[in-house]
Amino acid sequence: MSILSKLNSLPMYAICGAIITFVAAACVVFMVRAYRAGLAIGMDRTRMNRAITSSATFSLLPSVGILLGVIALSGSLGTPWPWLRLSVIGALHYETQVAQAAAEQVGMSGLSAAEMTPSGFTTIALLMSVCIIWGIVFSVFFNKRYLNKLGSGGESASGGAGFGDTAMSAMFIGLVSAYIGSYIGGFVSGNGVFSFGGDWMPLVVVAVSGAAMAGFVWLAEKKQLAWVDSFSVAGSMLLGMAAAVLVKLWI
Amino acid sequence: MNEQEKQAWFQAYNARTHVLGRVISVITLVLLVGAPFVIGIYLGAMPDLGAVARGFFSVGLVWMVSSIAEFLIYTPMLGAGGGYLAFITGNLINMKIPCAVNARDIVGAKTGTAENEIISTLSIATSSLVTILVLALGVLLLVPLQPILQSEALQPAFSNVVPALFGAMAYKYFRKNMKIALAPLIVMSVLFILVPALTGSTSFMIIPSGALAIGIAYFFYKKQTREAEQK
Repeated sequence: MSILSKLNSLPMYAICGAIITFVAAACVVFMVRAYRAGLAIGMDRTRMNRAITSSATFSLLPSVGILLGVIALSGSLGTPWPWLRLSVIGALHYETQVAQAAAEQVGMSGLSAAEMTPSGFTTIALLMSVCIIWGIVFSVFFNKRYLNKLGSGGESASGGAGFGDTAMSAMFIGLVSAYIGSYIGGFVSGNGVFSFGGDWMPLVVVAVSGAAMAGFVWLAEKKQLAWVDSFSVAGSMLLGMAAAVLVKLWI
Repeated sequence: MNEQEKQAWFQAYNARTHVLGRVISVITLVLLVGAPFVIGIYLGAMPDLGAVARGFFSVGLVWMVSSIAEFLIYTPMLGAGGGYLAFITGNLINMKIPCAVNARDIVGAKTGTAENEIISTLSIATSSLVTILVLALGVLLLVPLQPILQSEALQPAFSNVVPALFGAMAYKYFRKNMKIALAPLIVMSVLFILVPALTGSTSFMIIPSGALAIGIAYFFYKKQTREAEQK
């Protein structure tokens, strides 16, 4: 039995599937509790349902992108382990990078099935886990204390949040600015400072999905089609991604 | 339920959320770190702990610092329930955070309120379940799906998921906050143009960019408060 067949065998699916099932169950528990709590404090059912619908549609496309990460890693690590990693705790940009670094640490020239050994695999798997557990560790020890210190531990069942709300929006604006700035920098200086020869595709995609979002906002606000809101991000992303395919076909 | 009872009830709910969140987080940690050893028993080869330690010092420390930053930045956005779930299920920057922020905006919940706690938890839980479901279906259909998803023609689409997401979010956030967005956008663009190597550290650049945006937002907030007081 080759190492890849072992990594794709039923016991591997059982081990990884059991952990994923546990986390899925935890999500259901949190969701039901939150929904009931919302009803108990008098929140409108429609608002909560809208939050659920918009989050589901929002997550569909990025999830397909994450599935591609599973496919990409399955050639060297088998399917069950990347499936576990990207369903639970992992992040698309993190997994490949750490798996590659871990492979180098166990003496492989790169992440490949040809060089994989059972010991190499378990070492890579453990390193991938150990490197990314810190968010959970900090949550266990500091989440409660941190939120209480910030005064957002639920002391206020309603009412305003002062600067906190603006600060969170600003933080998000900073996040988006950093990414868009990196696309601009990638195009202008990607192949040498001020060469204007770098990858411009992300900028095209940003522009198209931004324009599509403008269209959705117009429909929601000017044409009173509030339901469009729930699909606006997913729809804009789809159009932006479709533009990338079309532009690539065209050039 | 009157306002006082509501607050007391919600505080008790939050306390239970912390207990549940901690218990589930610890169990998940044990499962994730234990899995390579269980797999080791099945494969007949245990992990090389020396290589793990060396690997951790070469790449893990960077991720540890990044995790501290993520915890400090995102926990206030997500609240208790959403925070525990988001760190358990991962994919924060590329999915969970924008998803929760979008849901919060759609229903108009304010940061630091009970509504935000509820909406954020519902959003993160839904998003995680969708990913788990899509991945499970994808893995089930991996063989027939692989040629379609990996076809040359579709690759530009899937390698641009993140720009597609941030393009849409940029319009949504920038249009009402151009005064706040302009400076971080210009500063970040100039930095990435002058130091192209920074592109590999975009997730770290979120910190100065966010700090700048918060600083500007605070300036306008104070200005507005002063003007309101004068009136």
